[in-house]
Amino acid sequence: MVAVKGKKLTKIYNGIKAVDSIDFEIQQGESFGFLGPNGAGKTTVVKMMYCFSPVTSGELRVLDMEVSKNPSQIKNLLGVVSQDNNLDPELSVEDNLILFASYFNIPRKTAQKRARELLEFMGISEKSDALVENLSGGMKRRLVIARSLINHPRVLVLDEPTTGLDPHARHLVWDQLRYLKEKGLTIILTTHYLEEASVLCDRLVIMDRGKILEEGSPRDLILKHIGKEVIELGLPQETPIDPQELKKRLGDCCHDYRREGNFLYLFTSNGQELLENLPLINIPFSYQLLRPATLEDVFLKLTGRTINGQPD
Amino acid sequence: MVNLINKYYIYKPQVTTRALKVFNRNFLVFLKHWKSSLMFNFIEPLLYLAALGFGLGVYVEEVEGISYLQYIAPGLVVSSAMWSTSFECTYGSFTRMQLHRIFHAMITTPLSIDEVVTGEIIYGAFKSFLYGTVFLAVVTILGLISSPWVLLTPPLLFIVGIVFAETAMIWTSISPNFDSYAYYFTLIITPMFLFSGVFFPVKNMPFFVQVIAWMTPLFHAVEISRNLAIGQVSVMLFLHFFIILLFAVLLFSFPLILMRRRLIK
Repeated sequence: MVAVKGKKLTKIYNGIKAVDSIDFEIQQGESFGFLGPNGAGKTTVVKMMYCFSPVTSGELRVLDMEVSKNPSQIKNLLGVVSQDNNLDPELSVEDNLILFASYFNIPRKTAQKRARELLEFMGISEKSDALVENLSGGMKRRLVIARSLINHPRVLVLDEPTTGLDPHARHLVWDQLRYLKEKGLTIILTTHYLEEASVLCDRLVIMDRGKILEEGSPRDLILKHIGKEVIELGLPQETPIDPQELKKRLGDCCHDYRREGNFLYLFTSNGQELLENLPLINIPFSYQLLRPATLEDVFLKLTGRTINGQPD
Repeated sequence: MVNLINKYYIYKPQVTTRALKVFNRNFLVFLKHWKSSLMFNFIEPLLYLAALGFGLGVYVEEVEGISYLQYIAPGLVVSSAMWSTSFECTYGSFTRMQLHRIFHAMITTPLSIDEVVTGEIIYGAFKSFLYGTVFLAVVTILGLISSPWVLLTPPLLFIVGIVFAETAMIWTSISPNFDSYAYYFTLIITPMFLFSGVFFPVKNMPFFVQVIAWMTPLFHAVEISRNLAIGQVSVMLFLHFFIILLFAVLLFSFPLILMRRRLIK
């Protein structure tokens, strides 16, 4: 069954097309990512899904309901983790959850029980009486995720779930999201961390400037555009590269290449063989590394620029 | 765009009883520090009462047949209600909206933005009711109230509190920052406080001041409050009350529309 479906979905604000006629379909039980740099339009897409931003044109259906017509019903079935930790700083950790449950008309007793379970699940139960402002950034984020699960959502929408977290906290969040995914929860997330997308998403779209550039599983996208491996080479200053020559000497095992400044990236599915052929191109490389291909390579190839991996 | 503007003219608020959840949230937080906040709120009107009543009251023997203290006490009840609601729905609401961003969190739940704003308005009106009533109790103990009709004052405080909350929320929905509230208080609340008949009868003022006074909710509430306090009940009070109700109804859509414009992009 389809969880979310967008057809020619467009969002214009202040005269700018933030989302430009995109089509996508997210199945229930799937973990789906919108990957792209800041300003790609991915946050706008999810804001339209959780009925925050009105759709300019096109169609957007969530759990078979039109977002413009049934916002309350849709929001009742969604869990939302927005970009900022908009917790209630005047209340304790536990009260944050219980109060949030009341917005869903969940009875207090049920809410208390559910809150305890969720705090346990997110590993912050020892903080349940603490004030929110005394929590670390990672704990706040986990509390926001706990809060988004209070109504047993059918779809969990996360807008950059780990932006600004340190690597340890990020991995904790990933662990819990992966657990939820294995339990069959539909997860939709936006991210500009390629690693996050690889770890969490069954399928993703790469967005740039309001458009979808590619769609597929992380694995397939990498294989399709890059191959299995990448050889990174450091070039001496201003070495000219002749594509014809490169292709001739390295043979078929190098699918494609890319140059970024003084770095040369060779895309291959047989790294060992390519390594052995390297001396044939007669360039004294300052550095060489054979590594698995990543989504970052795909992104680079598709957009011609690196994804902005800096936290906001 | 044209479409949107048309929609605003016949704006139909999306409000259900869920708005009470928002009130409930603020009330819960209030319960955590009600003692300290109540204390400070009625000290100020008490100071006015002491300074003007005992100070100025020496020179002003009687106004409209009652002592000056008796004259200003019912007005101060309403103005203290106005001040507390105005603070709540300006600084309080702005903090919740802009700093804590809890409006944003609330509207990811089934709550609509209209319900959030309505909940804030109800809470503002509650503050008016509570602080006004506490001060009313104080002046009653001081012997400044002479009629049981005064029991109708608390519900009045709630209704007029809705109007104060609505105007404050309008300002909050367009306010760029905390500093701008200085204008709200200097240009709207303080003049209303001074020229709505709390301290002297409006009918001795120049005609245009009287006209302006009639256009403020505080003036009508002060008139009702004073007449209830001395037991002078007449049809006029219905007129005053009707005007307050009219304010409450007519203003209601504005903070909702403006807040939607501010938050939803």
